[in-house]
Amino acid sequence: MHRTKVRVVEDALDANNTIAAANRGDFDRASVTVVNLMSAPGAGKTTLLERALDGLAEEGLRVGVLEGDVQGSFDADRLSVLHIPVVQLNTDNGFGGECHLDANMVRSALPAVPLDEMDVLIVENVGNLVCPAEFRIGEDARIMVCSVTEGEDKPLKYPLMFRACELVVINKVDLLEHLDFDVERLEANILQVNPHATVMRVSAKTGEGIDAFRVWLQALPARAGAAA
Amino acid sequence: MHEFDLSSAIVATVRKHAHDRKVTHVTLRIGRLRQVVKDTLEFYFAIVGKDTNCEGATLEIVDVPAVLRCNTCNIEWEIEIPAFICPTCGPGGVEVATGEEFMVESIEVEDEEDAACTAPR
Repeated sequence: MHRTKVRVVEDALDANNTIAAANRGDFDRASVTVVNLMSAPGAGKTTLLERALDGLAEEGLRVGVLEGDVQGSFDADRLSVLHIPVVQLNTDNGFGGECHLDANMVRSALPAVPLDEMDVLIVENVGNLVCPAEFRIGEDARIMVCSVTEGEDKPLKYPLMFRACELVVINKVDLLEHLDFDVERLEANILQVNPHATVMRVSAKTGEGIDAFRVWLQALPARAGAAA
Repeated sequence: MHEFDLSSAIVATVRKHAHDRKVTHVTLRIGRLRQVVKDTLEFYFAIVGKDTNCEGATLEIVDVPAVLRCNTCNIEWEIEIPAFICPTCGPGGVEVATGEEFMVESIEVEDEEDAACTAPR
């Protein structure tokens, strides 16, 4: 026996990225633009979708949702009233599942997703500010939701996540009057970490700012097509 | 907390290149912007590698500093805090020069003497 050094020089996430590229191929063939929606738990991803997706089909944008959760179908059940395609993807088969979606999990769920019935597929990732930022799933755009109950310094603590996103939605602004929260400082911190991010203030509860988010979604397929 | 999945990705990459030979050492290049905790990564690497040909392999992590480049004024600088803005030109032309690496650089494997002689270069 002797020891041999083997030069590798390979990104350790290549395996995931290869599957993400296969997903992307499927999405492109179906002309579906895909959004990876991420946030900390409880920031309001599902509430934002409930509010923003209602009636979008009538305005000409067909949206479907792939709902990633550690367990259960609570979020998918909430969205089912919108009469849009919603597919549940659980990361757990017992107790305690994955803290994020990766390309392979999304790939395994794709046969159940009716891509021909949608223009945009929103993949709601598992609530977590770290791991989802590492794993591409074949998406065209990444959105993160952060809320005003989380602290202004979060972009500086989780730059990986904030840098990964094209759009940062600041949710729960209806609570600002009750909180000692400096939303301008949060916005400045977001832009320090990701100067190219689009930042929006919304309240998924009252509907404030939701129109701007809907417009962003409606413009997404054309934008993604131009970038491709 | 992401170190468990990152360890799994490392072990998978290493095994792909080791071709069932026993792995004794792994050298990684990890950029500062990946926010990887070394001790945690080593801890999980040992767990994920258990009962595989990576069991017992030592992990060497080469730190890559976070360096930004401004394409407007052509300077490069290292950052210690996450501020992706050029001190003179602002955010416009800033890109990451180094610091996002997550590479398996090399591995050391135990080889039969003969096999080593015939191995393709």
